[in-house]
Amino acid sequence: MTNQASNKLFEISQVSVALKQSLIKLHPVTMFRNPVMFAVWIGTIVMAGVCIWIAAGEQNQGSLLYNIIVTAILFITLLFANFAEAIAEARGKAQADSLRKTREETPAKQLVLGDIHVEEIKMVPSSQLRKGDIFICETGDTIPMDGEIISGIATIDESAITGESAPVIREAGGDKSSVTGGTKVLSDKIKVKVTTEPGESFLDKMIALVEGASRQKTPNEIALTILLAGFTLVFVIVCVTLKPFGDYAKTPITIAAFISLFVCLIPTTIGGLLSAIGIAGMDRALRANVITKSGKAVETAGDIDVLLLDKTGTITIGNRKATHFWPANNIAENTFIEACVLSSLSDETPEGKSIIELASLNKNNFDTTHANFIEFTAETRSSGIDMPNGIRIRKGAFDSIRNMAEKAGNNFPAETADRVKAISSNGGTPLVVSENEKILGVIELQDIIKPGIQERFERLRKMGVKTVMVTGDNPLTAKFIAEKAGVDDYIAEAKPEDKMNYIKAEQQSGKLVAMMGDGTNDAPALAQADVGVAMNSGTAAAKEAGNMVDLDNDPTKLIEIVEIGKQLLMTRGTLTTFSIANDVAKYFAIVPALFIASIPALQGMNIMNLHSPESAILSAVIFNAIIIPMLIPLALKGVTYKPIGASALLRRNLLIYGFGGVFIPFVGIKGIDLVVSIWF
Amino acid sequence: MNSEILGVVTMFLATIALAIPLGKYIGKVYNGDKTWADGFLNPLDHLFFKLSGINPLKEMDWKQHLIALLTVNAVWFLFSIFVLMNMGWLPLNPDANAGMSADLAFNTTISFISNTNLQHYSGESGVSYLGQMVLMLFQFISAAAGMAVCAVVFIAMKEKTTDQLGNFYNYFVKSCTRVLLPLSIVVAIVLVFNGTPMTFKGKDQFISLQADTVNVSRGPAAAMIAIKQLGTNGGGFFGVNSAHPLENPNYFTNIIENISILIIPIAMVFALGFIIKRKRFAWMVFGVMTIGFLLLLLPTIYNELNGNPAITKMNIAQPLGSMEGKEVRFGSAASAYWAITTTSTSNGSVNAMHDSLTPLSGMFALLGMMVNAFYGGVGVGFLNFYIFIIIAVFISGLMVGRTPEFLGKKIEAKEMKIAAIIALLHPLLILSGTALSSWLYAHNPTAYAGWLANPGNHGFSEILYEFTSSAANNGSGFEGLGDNTPFWNISCGIVMLLSRYLPIIGPLAIAGSLAKKKYIPESAGTLKTDTTTFGIMVFAVIFIIAALSFFPALSLGPIAEFFTIK
Repeated sequence: MTNQASNKLFEISQVSVALKQSLIKLHPVTMFRNPVMFAVWIGTIVMAGVCIWIAAGEQNQGSLLYNIIVTAILFITLLFANFAEAIAEARGKAQADSLRKTREETPAKQLVLGDIHVEEIKMVPSSQLRKGDIFICETGDTIPMDGEIISGIATIDESAITGESAPVIREAGGDKSSVTGGTKVLSDKIKVKVTTEPGESFLDKMIALVEGASRQKTPNEIALTILLAGFTLVFVIVCVTLKPFGDYAKTPITIAAFISLFVCLIPTTIGGLLSAIGIAGMDRALRANVITKSGKAVETAGDIDVLLLDKTGTITIGNRKATHFWPANNIAENTFIEACVLSSLSDETPEGKSIIELASLNKNNFDTTHANFIEFTAETRSSGIDMPNGIRIRKGAFDSIRNMAEKAGNNFPAETADRVKAISSNGGTPLVVSENEKILGVIELQDIIKPGIQERFERLRKMGVKTVMVTGDNPLTAKFIAEKAGVDDYIAEAKPEDKMNYIKAEQQSGKLVAMMGDGTNDAPALAQADVGVAMNSGTAAAKEAGNMVDLDNDPTKLIEIVEIGKQLLMTRGTLTTFSIANDVAKYFAIVPALFIASIPALQGMNIMNLHSPESAILSAVIFNAIIIPMLIPLALKGVTYKPIGASALLRRNLLIYGFGGVFIPFVGIKGIDLVVSIWF
Repeated sequence: MNSEILGVVTMFLATIALAIPLGKYIGKVYNGDKTWADGFLNPLDHLFFKLSGINPLKEMDWKQHLIALLTVNAVWFLFSIFVLMNMGWLPLNPDANAGMSADLAFNTTISFISNTNLQHYSGESGVSYLGQMVLMLFQFISAAAGMAVCAVVFIAMKEKTTDQLGNFYNYFVKSCTRVLLPLSIVVAIVLVFNGTPMTFKGKDQFISLQADTVNVSRGPAAAMIAIKQLGTNGGGFFGVNSAHPLENPNYFTNIIENISILIIPIAMVFALGFIIKRKRFAWMVFGVMTIGFLLLLLPTIYNELNGNPAITKMNIAQPLGSMEGKEVRFGSAASAYWAITTTSTSNGSVNAMHDSLTPLSGMFALLGMMVNAFYGGVGVGFLNFYIFIIIAVFISGLMVGRTPEFLGKKIEAKEMKIAAIIALLHPLLILSGTALSSWLYAHNPTAYAGWLANPGNHGFSEILYEFTSSAANNGSGFEGLGDNTPFWNISCGIVMLLSRYLPIIGPLAIAGSLAKKKYIPESAGTLKTDTTTFGIMVFAVIFIIAALSFFPALSLGPIAEFFTIK
């Protein structure tokens, strides 16, 4: 559903909300948070005073109309900046609302301590559920709140959250016990314990972030604000000292000219768009179905050096599949395959199923009515079947079957041993099959690498991100898959603490690490990682530990998150450059206009050949104002990130936003002047 | 090629050719590697350390370095004020020059201790030989102090994660004994052989063709001239500085003196590459500085060779270029070259009168001081450049989508705050000083008539130049300004003091704070700072900051004058 949410930049409803907000945000306390725009705010107030002063009879400040126009443009500049922030908020909020709407006021079947029975079902609205409450959901019910299944198993349609229509299975215990409010139970019945207070779910936190109530400036935003404040102060100095310079040159400078020069010079473009850029970053994350717990997390994602990815589901499709039957020398292929199928008939593991699939024999041809199935155990590391006619078929790990055979006095065929070795070194897993302790052959299981994953890793490598595959496989298999998929490093036979240690070691050497996880045993590593993305299907502990939650449960999502983070920083950087580069043209417009009356020779500096001092100043302030709304789409969408290496990227952005920033205002101001000069 | 231009090209190329090996040598000195001079100079160093009870091996963090620097400066400050005010009765005063007034002594002391060497007095009549020698001492101390702090920043850039940045006194003493002293001895000897006096005798006399008795000032000049050039000090022995025939006798000494201006500032850049083992980075810095320098230099030479347009309008040919205020023995190209080298390195010695430069040349000289990092003063030039690098790293880091890092250290709010303040300080001091003076003058021109020899745009340039020179710790004067009054002495004194120490403290604090941070190894996503692209970025930052801060002021001064006389 969210995926269908509008991708249009401006929705009519959002625009009207944003317009209203732009006026509300004129409140000085709100303005004060942004030093650059606060300076414009003060300038507007002063200009309004000047207008009144002229209306009262002052003669030396230019015509009333001219001053009113300057005041109006400054006011509009403020509104534009506020609008940028408001529209970003409105978009983010709309996105979040559409997620939230699904779970508001859903009737919940709460289990309460009843008068007659111990557990009684009471219908309550979802908003009354508190953390720790227990409710049940049956076929057709919408789950009222985020929670964890404490008993039962159910198929659940999560399309409201993820947009994915295939139902998923959620059950008590294990790593798939988490359910999200707004999703629908398709079959069976589950008992769920509420894990969050109303208003404190991740989504609620996200909405609060977007709305600005709890939005804190990120460290990077703070540093940039300091730089921008520094530029603003430089221009305070430039403009204040211009007054005595003007006195010396016997040039009276009007207050309107001073304030126009000042407002044009301070970096209003980036100042006005700064918070919109930050909100848009979180909004983009949300559009990718990732809920971030803070703006900082998105920013940090852009800096990630190391990415830990689980092999299964991320690099390979699901689980291993049988790809080949290799009978031993004196065994007929048919006999071998039949034995393989027999031993796998009741094997519910994905590997077992894939063996039957590969054999493509009709299951019904096998009669197992009185057979005894042997479950896989960690001790025997094999499973199998005992037929009523005394035939014992076993399949399992190479060494356990070999031990079994050798104990019974049978040789392990050399060609099968070679085959086992060959399979292992090709990244496959060998499953040796025996009948009555005699080796029949070996089944090859292979990991299927996701199509297109190599390209994604290549892209990450170009971004400077090292990818690490985490797998329970043995080192040989892990190495093979790592090479085939193109990851830079791997952790084989990984235990939960291995992940943790790897993350710590990388962090020790100054790197930032991101990882994705779902299980409770991932929680410490998720917390330790600089960016921890928990899957929405994961346990509450995992979600609590990470700083993002991925609603789609898509392990490759980390790659998108890294790009969103980079885009966020880039948009800030390029617009800062653009904003400051604009000043060159503005100077050439305004400075000659200030002094031309007393030093006519300075006409030589009027390289744009602007019509008159008034039209020059008006053109500059108008340009300064309209550039803000013109850049709102860029601020919201973000500057496109291309993994072409840092230097090439800098060259490209410097060319577009640096030189473009110098050049464009010359054209823009001249164009506006052509129009303005009709009146001034 | 025009022989005047050939002379300039030769001087510039010779400077670079000498600066590269010198840079390597300076790098070795600060790294504590063995050099050829260790054998006979180590005992001397150890003697100094022993006498002053200093352990040169004791490592300091950046704050301790700062305290050491300020202590050294404060002690000598008091000593200098005492000598300058009382030199009338102190020894070594054969010409019986009087002691200074308190405000002039204040200004002069600050001026010399801050490596500015702004002189509101004339050497011949204003100071005794003892006074000159005290000032000469400062020319060593201030230059060595700048170099020592620069060395600390180099070491901080080199280290991975530490707060131990070597010993200040060690760098300080070695800057003197291993770099400044040997080079000064060489230059002074060359000067003596070319006729520069080096004596304690008083004025000489001769009878001119008109039968007038002429008194000629002399003194221990050669020694002071050497260090004033090498240490980017600029305070001359004689009033008109290196335009004086005894201070700079001929074209050859002009070459030597001019090479001396640039050599250590350039060598420090190469020393950086050697110390942090990133030669490409040093070449990037050198490239940006050189392009900036040439952009100031080339139009200046062009303008001066073309002569004064006001005279051209009178149909008078100017085959030698604009020769007003220049020495015939140097010519207009060499004078233009000197003007730009001395202003962009914060040296401030002159071989021609900057007041007489054509308007745009005057502007380029001003810009050299406004940027103050195209080579810049010994040590401090790189410190100024460092601030620009930090700002450039920050903006370009954002532009490539990564939290900015410089040599493996993250640049965060704290560093940005310091960098912003330091970048702000220079325009603040220059513009507010100029604003105050022009306000006073504009509101009571008769009371302050003594200030300006030329009213109008040129007068404005004179005021602007005086404060720019003070703030850049340059010390050259546009002259034409009646500047030995309490107002100028005190206002320029304050500007010099603030603009000396704050821009030293800032980079030191940033470098110290970065050195302590965790080192982040480079990856493909890291923005490399030793590339041409990054060089362009740094240059753009310098250009934008200088251009944006000073554009209106320059428009009212040199630019207005240029369009007026065009």
